[in-house]
Amino acid sequence: MAAITTTPGAHHDDADPNASFLEKKGLMSWLVTLDHKRIGIMYLISVTIAFLLGGIFALLVRAELFTRGQTLFDADTYNKMFSLHGVVMVFLFIIPSIPAGLGNIMLPVQLGTKDVAFPRLNLLSLYIYWFGAVFGLYSMINGGVDTGWTFYTPYASSDPAHGGVGSATSVIPMTLAAFIMGFSSILTGVNFIATVHKMRAPGLTWRRLTLFTWALYATSIIQILATPVLAITLLLLTMERFLGLGIFDPRLGGDPVLYQHFFWFYSHPAVYIMIVPGMGVVSDILATFSRREPVGYMAIAASSLGLALLGFLVWGHHLFVAGMSEWATMVFSALTFLVAIPSGVKVFNWVATLYKGSISLQSPMLWALSFVFLFTIGGLTGLFLGMLAVDVHLHDTYFVVAHFHYVMVGGTVMGFVGGLHYWWPKFTGKMYEEGLARIGWFLVFIGFNVTFIAQFIMGSRGMPRRYYDYLPQYEIFHQVSTIGSWILGLGFLVLLVMFIRSLMNGKPAPRNPWGSAALEWLTPTPPPTFNFVKDPVLTRGQYDYQLATDDELYEGFDDPLFPGLRGGKAPAKKAAAEGDHG
Amino acid sequence: MLLFQPVESDSFQLPPSMADTAPPIDKAYDFIFWFSVVFTVAVTAALLYFVAKYKRKPGVKPEPTGHFMKLELFWTITPTIFIFFLFHAGFTGYIRNATAAEGATEIRVRGKKWSWEFEYPTGDREPGELTLELGRPYKMILSSEDVIHSFFIPEFRMKRDAVPGQYSFIQFTPTKAGDAHVFCAEYCGTSHSGMIATVKILPPAEYKEWEKKLGGCSGTPEECEPAKWGERLFVKNGCTTCHGAGGSGEISGSKTVGPKLAGVFGHEVQTTAGVVQADENYLRESILRPNAKIVAGYATVQMPPFVMKDAQLDAVIAYLKSLK
Repeated sequence: MAAITTTPGAHHDDADPNASFLEKKGLMSWLVTLDHKRIGIMYLISVTIAFLLGGIFALLVRAELFTRGQTLFDADTYNKMFSLHGVVMVFLFIIPSIPAGLGNIMLPVQLGTKDVAFPRLNLLSLYIYWFGAVFGLYSMINGGVDTGWTFYTPYASSDPAHGGVGSATSVIPMTLAAFIMGFSSILTGVNFIATVHKMRAPGLTWRRLTLFTWALYATSIIQILATPVLAITLLLLTMERFLGLGIFDPRLGGDPVLYQHFFWFYSHPAVYIMIVPGMGVVSDILATFSRREPVGYMAIAASSLGLALLGFLVWGHHLFVAGMSEWATMVFSALTFLVAIPSGVKVFNWVATLYKGSISLQSPMLWALSFVFLFTIGGLTGLFLGMLAVDVHLHDTYFVVAHFHYVMVGGTVMGFVGGLHYWWPKFTGKMYEEGLARIGWFLVFIGFNVTFIAQFIMGSRGMPRRYYDYLPQYEIFHQVSTIGSWILGLGFLVLLVMFIRSLMNGKPAPRNPWGSAALEWLTPTPPPTFNFVKDPVLTRGQYDYQLATDDELYEGFDDPLFPGLRGGKAPAKKAAAEGDHG
Repeated sequence: MLLFQPVESDSFQLPPSMADTAPPIDKAYDFIFWFSVVFTVAVTAALLYFVAKYKRKPGVKPEPTGHFMKLELFWTITPTIFIFFLFHAGFTGYIRNATAAEGATEIRVRGKKWSWEFEYPTGDREPGELTLELGRPYKMILSSEDVIHSFFIPEFRMKRDAVPGQYSFIQFTPTKAGDAHVFCAEYCGTSHSGMIATVKILPPAEYKEWEKKLGGCSGTPEECEPAKWGERLFVKNGCTTCHGAGGSGEISGSKTVGPKLAGVFGHEVQTTAGVVQADENYLRESILRPNAKIVAGYATVQMPPFVMKDAQLDAVIAYLKSLK
């Protein structure tokens, strides 16, 4: 019995349907493409530029804090730098990074389908993202914003030009940028949900989805439900600042704490928009490089959905010292702790997946293991902040800054860069230099920990965040942290050089360089425009390493589990071995 | 009640403990810290051990993944039990610190861009310096005159936002004499990091001495010459954060948000209300009602009004007159 049956692909293109999706050249072939992989690559390029820009802001912030008093620039410039770092990293980089970048490229391939459900909507979401980015750039050219990425009222909504007490910077274009980019996020979410529900290849049941697909599915639900709240909030903020409508500013009869409720009702779920896709990437990498089905597959999938749900119930923990009632504070603290359960379940299952695996420490695996370690620290320091008494001391200090960087960078960025390493050969068709990749990983890992461990300590010693200047007792911690940021920056520079060198003269990548059992590795590298030469039909799961022969487990999978996908014939020995199981 | 006795807990991670509110928080902090250390070490050790032990070797097959229902339940339920303890530890400490002692002395705290002002029960207002009596219970009533600020004393482990348009409260009893700082912990604009006040905790005898001089000038007669006292008031009121040291109008070479004050007296000033002669009345008005006449080019940031006793005003004006 064959493990897979094939049906003829339905192509209505004049060109060779089996040619690589990268074959067409020219700018227009990219700008009007409906191919999810090309759209994903354009997203990847965009978010990488945003990441470099946000990274430069971060390095400037750290450099300014290297000495007390003025080091490079004045207080107003510093305030703009940390605000722009936050805005660019959150809205332009981290939210679209994994879902719209890597997700766009890999989701339809992992589902065994030709494209997402709505390819034109997919392209539209990219243009909306760019349109939002133009507003962001316009704000930056006009002096940027100094409100922090949170735009707290009345500081952000009360314009001194109209007699207000707040920020005089270019706030409206920046909030509109975030407002517009929200629609891009919603459209991607709608698209992914429809694709997962309706476009799975025959035989690809819900229990056979990859954990990356599950994570993207959970993320899409949050994107659709939470993002409209941010849109409404930012619109109200803009109306208050521009038209003097009194909603948040007490001088106009508003309530500034109301803004914080609205803002975090989106922005806390947004934390899970950021981290859950990273968890998905890591689950896939750990399985591939351990040659083992993830332990607790359903538990990991369910915990992604659990996080998506719980994410909506805990926004109040951002307001523990803002003046909520003791009763509300208690309820939000209790709910916040619940987040620890699905997070813990994931960590335990990841570690258990390694047990009795066949582990290879290639570069994607290094990033995935770093994710597990750093996310554990990020998650546990979250418990410090969930404990009410401790939060009163740590709130708005560098401890919080270090905590969310362990989740956002130690989590999401490790997942993103790991995923980039993992799928890079598939969608570019090129390998990269493993040596450079390891040097880059090492520098990033060390630099990251030096930067942020110093921030944990100064935070618990009382150093408040968003400070241009500081008291002498914090100087040593700031200096260590700044030196760490240089190592971190150097690490990312090495990775940038490595990826560019790979694009220019990387060796051609084989079809399945990591020997994975997942569907995306069984189509040619790079995939044809419609992803598969013939429409796949699945008769086994994507983590079924137990079906492989001894050779395959060491050498990596080749065709035999999916004979005929490349039109080749399976060797008799392997077909027989597989027949035993199939 | 032994739990909440003042203890010395100046560890590497936490600043010295100087109020009754600190020990319960430190206790909760230590609990979660060691909990996290054990957990992180366990996870990391397992991770590294498995990676080393199950490194890929030719001919060695990975174990097929089975179903481990009991294991899944174990590591779902065990953390659930732990988080009950963590929640409880955090909540009891929080509620204990949220309750003010009977008969606590009330001090009004006003945050404004970018200074703190403290009003004592006598009605005296002291900017930039909070003086407290050792062992006396206090209740701070916080408010803000412009944007959101946050009152934070690391040595007391206490923090509360000062939100415009409403009051919020914070309570503590200082348990150790010495100096501490009030930080602003909610971002509030240009000089957010300069919005720091000193906290002086005095033993009862010294506190009585200080209280007698509250509102007046303390120091030697020489130090209490109007211009000298005015200079100290100028610094304590946080004037330097917006007008620069000595009213120079610049901080480390860049222009401050407020205009230069040195040498202004006796000259004509271009303001939003036309050209004004900078005399004593102009200076007085500019302190009490700063936005009546704003110096041209400085309208983007509004200065909050300052309330002072006449003697204090006289001293500050004498100081401004002395600046060249």
